[in-house]
Amino acid sequence: MLHDKDRIFTNLYGQHDPFLKGARSRGDWDNTAAILSRGRDAIIQEMKDSGLRGRGGAGFPTGLKWSFMPKQSDRPCYLVVNGDESEPGTCKDRDILRHDPHKLIEGCLVAGFAMGACAAYIYVRGEFYDEIVALQHAVDEAYEAGLIGKNACGSGYDYDVFVHRGAGAYICGEETALIESLEGKKGMPRMKPPFPAGVGLYGCPSTVNNVESIAVAPTILRRGAAWFTSLGRPNNAGQKLFCISGHVNKPCNVEEELGIPLRELIERYAGGVRGGWDNLLAVIPGGASVPLMPKATCDDILMDFDSLRAVRSGLGTAAVIVMDKSTDVIKAIARLSKFYMHESCGQCTPCREGTGWMWRVMTRMVEGRATSDEIDTLEAVTRQVEGHTICALGDAAAWPIQGLIRHFRPVMEERIAAYRKKPMPMAAE
Amino acid sequence: MPKVTIDGIVVEVAAGSTILQAAEQAGIEIPRFCYHERLSIAGNCRMCLVEVEKTPPKPIASCGYPVADGMVVHTDSPMVRKGRRGVMEFLLINHPLDCPICDQGGECDLQDQAMGFGADHSRYDENKRAVPDKNLGPLVKTSMNRCIHCTRCIRFITEVAGVPDLGATARGEHMEVGTYVEKALGSELSGNIIDLCPVGALTSKPYAFVARPWELQKVDSIDVLDAVGTNIRIDARGTEVLRILPRINEDVNEEWLGDKSRFALDGLKRRRLDRPWVRENGKLRAATWDQAFDAIATKLKGLSGDRIGAIAGDLVDAESVLALKDLLASLGSTNVDCRQDGARLDASRRDFYCFNTSIAGIEEADAILIVGSNPRKEAPVLNARIRKAWAASGLPVAVIGSETDLTYPVLHLGTGPSVLTDLHSGSNAFATILANAKKPMIIVGQGALARPDGTAILAAAWRLAAHVGALSFDWHGFNILHTAAGRVGALDLGFVPGPNGKGVDAMLDGGLDLLWLLGADGFDSARIAAGTFVVYQGHHGDAGAQRADVILPGAAYTEKSGTYVNTEGRAQRGFKAVYPPGEAREDWTILRAFSAIIGKTLPYDTIEALRARMEQINPVFGRVGFMPRFGCSDHTGPAGDPSVLSDAPLVSTVPNYYATDPISRASPTMAACIEAQSQPALAAE
Repeated sequence: MLHDKDRIFTNLYGQHDPFLKGARSRGDWDNTAAILSRGRDAIIQEMKDSGLRGRGGAGFPTGLKWSFMPKQSDRPCYLVVNGDESEPGTCKDRDILRHDPHKLIEGCLVAGFAMGACAAYIYVRGEFYDEIVALQHAVDEAYEAGLIGKNACGSGYDYDVFVHRGAGAYICGEETALIESLEGKKGMPRMKPPFPAGVGLYGCPSTVNNVESIAVAPTILRRGAAWFTSLGRPNNAGQKLFCISGHVNKPCNVEEELGIPLRELIERYAGGVRGGWDNLLAVIPGGASVPLMPKATCDDILMDFDSLRAVRSGLGTAAVIVMDKSTDVIKAIARLSKFYMHESCGQCTPCREGTGWMWRVMTRMVEGRATSDEIDTLEAVTRQVEGHTICALGDAAAWPIQGLIRHFRPVMEERIAAYRKKPMPMAAE
Repeated sequence: MPKVTIDGIVVEVAAGSTILQAAEQAGIEIPRFCYHERLSIAGNCRMCLVEVEKTPPKPIASCGYPVADGMVVHTDSPMVRKGRRGVMEFLLINHPLDCPICDQGGECDLQDQAMGFGADHSRYDENKRAVPDKNLGPLVKTSMNRCIHCTRCIRFITEVAGVPDLGATARGEHMEVGTYVEKALGSELSGNIIDLCPVGALTSKPYAFVARPWELQKVDSIDVLDAVGTNIRIDARGTEVLRILPRINEDVNEEWLGDKSRFALDGLKRRRLDRPWVRENGKLRAATWDQAFDAIATKLKGLSGDRIGAIAGDLVDAESVLALKDLLASLGSTNVDCRQDGARLDASRRDFYCFNTSIAGIEEADAILIVGSNPRKEAPVLNARIRKAWAASGLPVAVIGSETDLTYPVLHLGTGPSVLTDLHSGSNAFATILANAKKPMIIVGQGALARPDGTAILAAAWRLAAHVGALSFDWHGFNILHTAAGRVGALDLGFVPGPNGKGVDAMLDGGLDLLWLLGADGFDSARIAAGTFVVYQGHHGDAGAQRADVILPGAAYTEKSGTYVNTEGRAQRGFKAVYPPGEAREDWTILRAFSAIIGKTLPYDTIEALRARMEQINPVFGRVGFMPRFGCSDHTGPAGDPSVLSDAPLVSTVPNYYATDPISRASPTMAACIEAQSQPALAAE
């Protein structure tokens, strides 16, 4: 369990002043120049040592990602911060943006300095109106205080931070689609290679990081990699913001150590499952795109990247969606299918055509208006989409259905059998 | 260079190649829909999946994946086959089963690849998607249900044609390709998206439901509706030309074709001269060949050579030009001219009237000055090459003449020819750019030459070219952009007034008693003096035929085997696809037959003999299809005083791209294009 002294986001709930004065009182911008004076390589090494894994969903080591940026470049380099938080169930970046924006801005400076970037672009989901206002205010404050801009924090390093509003497309949270969108084009993922670290924003080396990954960086650098690795579990170091929603008594965002048991997380912070733990049906542990887990798995699962992977789910964005026994689990997943169909960019064939197909079959599955063979067909279709597309949206659309079939196939078959038993409406003669 | 193993075959490919290119080099074909070698890589169809060893265990789109040394690729592993079959299934679930009524049938990539890589049945039981068809104007027919969203058309229109007209709206399965707001495509190259479309979503509107590809006879030919010499394939059935498609020629047209050249073919069936006519008492009367020849022979009797003359038109083949020249020579006349628009072309040296840099050479240039030309309208395929060069290197292009959208940014230096003097003296800023360029190009259009001070402009342009270093041993940067397909060939054969011979103006102003027009319609026929006896030999009842006293029906370019020299000076040969209509004959044979009637029999009985004589006159005709590029070693310019320039603004000689010659003027499709272009928003039927 995370102690208060180890919390990074000390204003997560917005009880305190989110802006510069309050942020300074919480330790932000405390001698940032000293961090920068350690030099690029030392910062990156410290980040690598901390074992921080990207908080945006894929869990790629952040320090390693930064180290991919060219040491020397004749073109400008950019840091792009992904604040297009649109994964259903996820609302952690939102709280950082509105309650602790200076953590992010300081992180932008530190991370940008470490990768030799000249500017950071913070791409924020368009629906986050108040958050953008707050963030922009914080950026203006930071400029005024000389923390960013020319000679940022007196370090001699020039650094700009720009806030960019998205227009509300889920796909723009994919790093290359985000870059396209920033450039003013339609948000469609690019082919990789080339990776953004080689050819990114405006054709220049760029790194795209999640808001949370960047926001925790200054604290890690202040308190040291050893402190960070002392939290969490091996290879899953540190703490993380969890978003608990669904059938719990008190849905909330909470900062906890990685590796906390799911049950403890739900019962300690979210007031437990509605109707008690035994009323639990399933949990989606990491935002809409990861497969769900049935109660049996939830009983003793630890919430970290590797543990969840071992049960063929994933930590994703750590958005825990709790479903109790009143849930029509097929309908729940069908709703997610509709979401992915709606948000597919339409570029690659398997995702464009497959998400619609999956949603249509899922709608019939909700009624039971199908045959049990079709469950296999549906499974096969998800396999045909998964791994065949440019970006991971195809995978994200496939996984929830795969999880459903894996754990709830009997429910689907029952539904089909029940539909068959219903008297057929007769056509008028 | 990296070595790659593909299906066990080791190939060494250029660094930066993609797996798909490497496979092609190894002789392995990878199926694809969105990938096209002349467009940017989209990677969205996912048909070209391959398996690469030592990568994450998922298939990789080979079209956009760069090779690395030692890479081992499998293009036919179980994973790849499964992947392709999956993609194929997805492509087909929303594709209508309307192959029997689809114009793409028989040449459809989707059909072919479904046979090769698809499953034998469909597992999709839901409703298919329905998409409203788009109206893209009179040329391209759409059937958007069939679209597989490969975006080739969007990429072509944006990248090659350079107009931002096409794009995709909405996303996911609701994504639709269209023009955003309904309008006719604003490109002269729009027909190429029909060829690019791998399915039947974009087909030819005039060709809709006309024929199946296997019914057609395919004949290689050369386009004559502009001077680029685009290589074409004529698809004919019986006596009708049904379709014209581009052929690949990297040096000339790559694989593009202008809309006029592609779609004006319905003009070949209208307003045709299909029998001889003779004017009697002011009225044209249908006649036999003998009567027509007799009428001319009677008129010729007693006429001295200097009262006889001939003008060659824009679409003429070199064979008939030479036959006509020889015929007039036998009558003692040197009054011949092929510059019917009055262009002050200097035929004394070949590089004075050719596009010397060559079309492919445009890509090497590092600065271009366009004088009195609108290449977008005069030679759209060549213009696409300039755009390609600009897209690759961002080369500066400047224009003297009207300010128009050439599909790439240009510096507009002015409208009058005096800018040439400023550039020469260095008082214009672009002079520095030209002087600093290693391979500058100057392109002089017919708009700069077909005017009274054309000689001076030609001389001034040459002087500027020499001044800025555009003329060197290995680079010839002086270029004439022609608009007439027959012009360079005629100039090569010396179809210009001989010593004391009369030019076009002198011939029209009453200098002749008998004027022979070989397909010459490019001037106001009212200019022909009243007493002149006019023989019109050609294929269309256009301006020239109306003034004629005798009409001799000739063959259009699809109906004869002919040699054409394009603006670069490249001799190319087209073959006969169909027979001329009615009693019309191939033009050189008409001249040969007439020469026998008047007892001046031309010394060739076969086209081979005629071609041998052409080669004797100019060796260019001996190397058909091949064109050596020369630098310029003699800087002596064309005759003319470069200082006597007028102030009149330079304007292109092609005010309307869709109506430049008798064929396009007779074409209903071209008329529809003109209408659509004049009110693009109302192009909807």
